[in-house]
Amino acid sequence: MISRQEVEHVARLARLHFDEEELARLQQELGQIIDYVQQLAELDLSGLEPTSHAVPLKNVLRADEPVDGLSQADATGNGPDVERGQFVVPRIG
Amino acid sequence: MSNSPVTGTTGSSEWEAVIGLEIHVQLNTRTKMFCGCRVTFGEPPNTHVCPVCLGHPGVLPVTNEKAVEYAARIALALDCRIADRTIFHRKNYFYPDLPKAYQISQYDLPLGIGGHLDVELEDGAVMRVGITRVHMEEDAGKLIHAGGASGRIDGADYSLVDFNRGGTPLVEIVSEPDITTPDQARAFLTQLRSLVEQLAVSDVNMEEGSLRCDANVSVRHPGEPFGTKTELKNMNSFRFLHRGLEAEIERQIASLEAGERIVQETVHFDPATGMVSSLRSKEEAHDYRYFPEPDLTPIELDEAYVERVRGDLPELPAARKERLADQYSLPPKDAALLAENKPLGDYFEAVAAATGDARVSANWVLGDFSAFLNTAGIEVGASPVGAAALAEMLGLVADGTLSGKMAKEVFEVMTTTGKSAMEIVAEKGMGQISDAGELDAIVARIVSANPGPAEEFRYGRDRVLGFFVGQVMKETRGQANPQMVNDLLRKHLGAHGE
Amino acid sequence: MGTRASRASSNPDVTGLTAHGCRDLLAGGEVSAVELTRAYLDRIGAVDGEVRSYLLVDEAGALAAAAAVDAKPRSQRLPWEGVPIGLKDIFCVKGMETTCASRILKGYIPPYDATVIAKLRAAGLVFLGKLNMDEFAMGSSTENSAFQITRNPWDLNRVPGGSSGGSAACVAATEAPWALGTDTGGSIRQPASLCGVVGLKPTYGAVSRYGLVAFASSLDQIGPITRDVKDAAALLDLIAGRDPRDSTSIGLPEPVGFPERSSLEGVRFGVIKEFVGDACEAGVRDVFDGAVDAIGALGGVCEEVSLPSVERGIAAYYLIAPSEASSNLARFDGVRYGHRHSHSEDLYEMYTRTRSEGFGSEVKRRIMIGTYALSAGYYDAYYAQAQRTRTLIIQDFARAFDHFDFLISPTSPTVAFKIGERTADPLAMYVSDLCTIPVNLAALPGISIPGGFSAGMPVGVQIIGPHFSERGMLGAAHALEKKLRVDVVPPLAEVAG
Repeated sequence: MISRQEVEHVARLARLHFDEEELARLQQELGQIIDYVQQLAELDLSGLEPTSHAVPLKNVLRADEPVDGLSQADATGNGPDVERGQFVVPRIG
Repeated sequence: MSNSPVTGTTGSSEWEAVIGLEIHVQLNTRTKMFCGCRVTFGEPPNTHVCPVCLGHPGVLPVTNEKAVEYAARIALALDCRIADRTIFHRKNYFYPDLPKAYQISQYDLPLGIGGHLDVELEDGAVMRVGITRVHMEEDAGKLIHAGGASGRIDGADYSLVDFNRGGTPLVEIVSEPDITTPDQARAFLTQLRSLVEQLAVSDVNMEEGSLRCDANVSVRHPGEPFGTKTELKNMNSFRFLHRGLEAEIERQIASLEAGERIVQETVHFDPATGMVSSLRSKEEAHDYRYFPEPDLTPIELDEAYVERVRGDLPELPAARKERLADQYSLPPKDAALLAENKPLGDYFEAVAAATGDARVSANWVLGDFSAFLNTAGIEVGASPVGAAALAEMLGLVADGTLSGKMAKEVFEVMTTTGKSAMEIVAEKGMGQISDAGELDAIVARIVSANPGPAEEFRYGRDRVLGFFVGQVMKETRGQANPQMVNDLLRKHLGAHGE
Repeated sequence: MGTRASRASSNPDVTGLTAHGCRDLLAGGEVSAVELTRAYLDRIGAVDGEVRSYLLVDEAGALAAAAAVDAKPRSQRLPWEGVPIGLKDIFCVKGMETTCASRILKGYIPPYDATVIAKLRAAGLVFLGKLNMDEFAMGSSTENSAFQITRNPWDLNRVPGGSSGGSAACVAATEAPWALGTDTGGSIRQPASLCGVVGLKPTYGAVSRYGLVAFASSLDQIGPITRDVKDAAALLDLIAGRDPRDSTSIGLPEPVGFPERSSLEGVRFGVIKEFVGDACEAGVRDVFDGAVDAIGALGGVCEEVSLPSVERGIAAYYLIAPSEASSNLARFDGVRYGHRHSHSEDLYEMYTRTRSEGFGSEVKRRIMIGTYALSAGYYDAYYAQAQRTRTLIIQDFARAFDHFDFLISPTSPTVAFKIGERTADPLAMYVSDLCTIPVNLAALPGISIPGGFSAGMPVGVQIIGPHFSERGMLGAAHALEKKLRVDVVPPLAEVAG
């Protein structure tokens, strides 16, 4: 079960826009999925640590040595809107 | 003044401010936190970037070992405990200067916890400010707002993004809310800055942005629970920090006294008007959805590593102050001044070692020398008068060649010409006495006045000659011609005996 | 073999060629690299109109690369130079459009090569083009591609599986001797099973993920989709290895080499009880039972084993994967690359319209689930709880490997379903991955090999090994493959003239 407000709130957090019809359908689909995954809440897993990392590695680091990067042209080449070597974005405020 | 509660504007009730500071230190490693791009300043836009720090699809971060070491240095200098296991988290939010739409930072397992900084206040009292945590994260890119009048977000038509700065290593230092006045806050930040500077891990320049400070501020009546806090941002100088805090404290007090409630929000300090204003936009309060960064491994620093970093720490101000006071019998205030400014302290110690007189050295270094630096607007490192040169000059004072008054004159000439004291004494017709007759008389007098040493010399003790030379120099205020003095002495002392 | 409706030339008949076969042809001088590439291009031209596995065919680039190989004397060539390959459109290939089958990346030209791509380039392989997939690897049928539907070469009305459906269909239809895919919850193994080819998901960390557009960072792995196990082993050796650009990469303890093996004497196989239950189609079960018999005939021992926690695998996966994906896909915001909604009033509008226009509905659904699961107040109940479930699953597998050398199951509970059959109900689609998901959660290696047919459609058998057991696992797979192999004419071998 998920409320309409929650769906709208999550959509805002994810920067997604849905029309009325989509919101209604999403509410239903998400509700079903959440009900399904809810089964995990029944499990008593209090003795277990969450697996946050898939490999038992630690201390993987790199030396503080410079490596050549991209030219300004390559860096901005895929930009939808570029001005004077910078990425343009619309009014933020 | 600096420790008493701030009085409300109406003066009718007492208010106390509760201030916690969040400081960001930009590290001066060669490369960025998670990629090999150079850390630079002031370069053409998007010329020090790569797919990783641009957040391209498919890229992965790799942690800079130097950044970890520098962060550990800061944590240890603040007396924090280094975590056995520290991990990175993703802090998720959308903003144009954040290319991955998440910042790799640290959340509940930061690198350092539970430290403190002892802050010396104006009245000489020492206040211990707790350090909650020290953690590592990456910087965002730079946004320029264009098209509007003020160059600020409000009123801008659009914005431009440069990612050169994006990915630069940052260390975040969070203080406990132990600070209660703007004066204390400034003292804390000043001394923290000085401490970090001595670790050689950052330029800690507020104007350039390698040192940034935000504050969490609330007010309450003394003894009552904490009030609602606001976050105060954009104070990019010590002066603005002070003014911003004053303004926000005043605003909160006025608000509460008018019966309003404080809203938890971000406020922006405008240095032009001295006012604080709300930064709230139509965006929701941030829900950062922290979760452990799956692309990076945990970092476990063992005891050997921690001890090595600790051992590599330079002598920190607090310890140095004690040692200087102790070793050189200096008054606390002098010791503090010399400890706080590392280059000045180094200079003093070099002079003291050469002259063997800490008192005199301290007086000169903290007196005339510091005054000169101030007037000239330079740092110790740029001084034309090195420690050895000053020591030499003080030697001439010590042996009577120069009077105190003459020394000041000579010092001034030293600063403008870069010449040594000896040279100046010789040039300036504090000149040598080379009149044979005059010298002869002086030498004769001194030899007859010192029969003991004269005898020693005759029995083969060459070194005693130096004593006589010194005496002659003393008599002539360093102006006797040394070669002539030598010859005359040998003449009057006679040959070495068998 | 059937006739080929193509121009008369010395181009070889590529239907049925393995990568090793290609290599031998080239080494023996029987065919030039250009002729070989040309043959595959012709094959694509002949059948891809129906199969639709390729999103992009780089004819010019492939022929140029092949010509460069031909310019070198054979004695100076590396072993695999000149052998063509297909690439799932999820890898960054410098200078070549990479879309992840999404509108939001249409037109994106990566300025760098993924590490695996750089390795294949250095080895001299010829890139034929980019293969269709479910958008951002989210799906089990390739129906979530924004651009086209790929069809199963064995029955063009059925799905090829997903998300590496294009890769599997391509290899099944011999439009490339082999292909690279990716596997997060079964996306190599399941389509391989549905298309009757071999699909290998290596141990997490064996292959670098640098340059693989991330879906779920702690689960994604790159792997081969091939015509036989020997090819899978060779391609794995070409791409595996620790990469300084990927902090989570470890590489393989040793090269896999050629996994020649005939006997399974003394090898103990655990049949995962939870994967051969009711969810499993009868026809699939029959094929699987045949595989179990084959193992017995080779001297191996099969015994049932229960891993109770794997039944929670789908739930855990559908919390962990979307959560990581919601974060990984946030970078698609229209600022630096890809699609951007034009004429936005402000940034917020630009973000939301760009992403809403650019992402398909399954991707949006998963971003929503993931964002929800990580959001304030829900993290511990959902995301953290799923990660604890994961720990439980890891422990179950570890316990099983105390008693068994390998575990086996059907790869997919069903054969390929009809196009459109499951698109209405997301949960129904998710269940296709029942047998494969837990393997990703436990970071284990798994391989699907063709086991036989049910109602004319391929059925795959899955072998799962302990961490970094690729050498032994591929050896066992090879032995079983040899025993099970039925000489079958590959689909679409006869092409209407």
